[in-house]
Amino acid sequence: MSVGQRVGSDHQLARLLQIGVVLEEVVEARSHHHYRAMDAELDAELEALLADAAEESADHREQLEALIAELDAESVPFDEIEALVEAQYGNTKPEDFDGVLYDQLCNEETAYKFYDDLIAAVEGSDATYSVDRDRLLDTLRGIREEEAEGVEEVTDVMERRA
Amino acid sequence: MNTADQYLKAIYLVQETEDGPASTGAVADALDVSPASANEMIGKLQDRDLAEHEKYKGVSLTEEGIVRAREALSNYCIIERFLANVLEVEEFRAEARSLEAVIDDTVAERLDTIIDRSSECPDCFDAETDACRYLDVEGNQEQEQENPAD
Repeated sequence: MSVGQRVGSDHQLARLLQIGVVLEEVVEARSHHHYRAMDAELDAELEALLADAAEESADHREQLEALIAELDAESVPFDEIEALVEAQYGNTKPEDFDGVLYDQLCNEETAYKFYDDLIAAVEGSDATYSVDRDRLLDTLRGIREEEAEGVEEVTDVMERRA
Repeated sequence: MNTADQYLKAIYLVQETEDGPASTGAVADALDVSPASANEMIGKLQDRDLAEHEKYKGVSLTEEGIVRAREALSNYCIIERFLANVLEVEEFRAEARSLEAVIDDTVAERLDTIIDRSSECPDCFDAETDACRYLDVEGNQEQEQENPAD
């Protein structure tokens, strides 16, 4: 059991980046689901928010996949995660618009926390990775920044609707 | 999962296995830390009313400590199941141990939306094999569940 946050090897780093990819895929797949479910309701603001979230997650996923490829590891295909989201969605879907917004807020906050912890764990390690450390940290910090903006964006919408 | 939660989980599992208070040495072994480090953290848990330490007997969790430990164990189960079933990692136990410090509770909750966990969790966790008893720890194949989750 490991006490303390450190990323000590390429293998561990690749695994954590894979988890990042899966989190992004979950966001993307759930956003698509919410979007489709709301189709008839015509709420333009929420539709735009979900479409942006899905697009941003796809972009983050591509950035993470580029790093994973350099570590000589494999990513996790989106269709596999989409199928898992599909299979479990009935148990976890939001009940209404407020629920959709809350779910989206959880997505953004969770992603922010994940990248924040991962950055700290990379910074806390002396390990040398196959991928350039500066590029790795720049990529992760860039994604973390966008997740922070995402939290702000969803919070603004929630407050406006309150 | 933060360090305190890792300790709570370890104490909980040692208590379950030994059916009584957990010795500091057993907790230190479970976490691969020195007995001095374990003692220090057990003291902190005691200060926070999460554990009680009795000389020559060992440490026991309070009710609040048990609640926290079970939450931590559930999150650990999510990480193991996610690694085994989604990423198809053969050494999912070892990897879960190496990753748990970096995986926050909120992240585990998100990962939980794509795995099929038994409603018994975390009672179906077997401390001896360090895995959910519904996961086949040899072949990594799902065993038939008596009471599967919906």
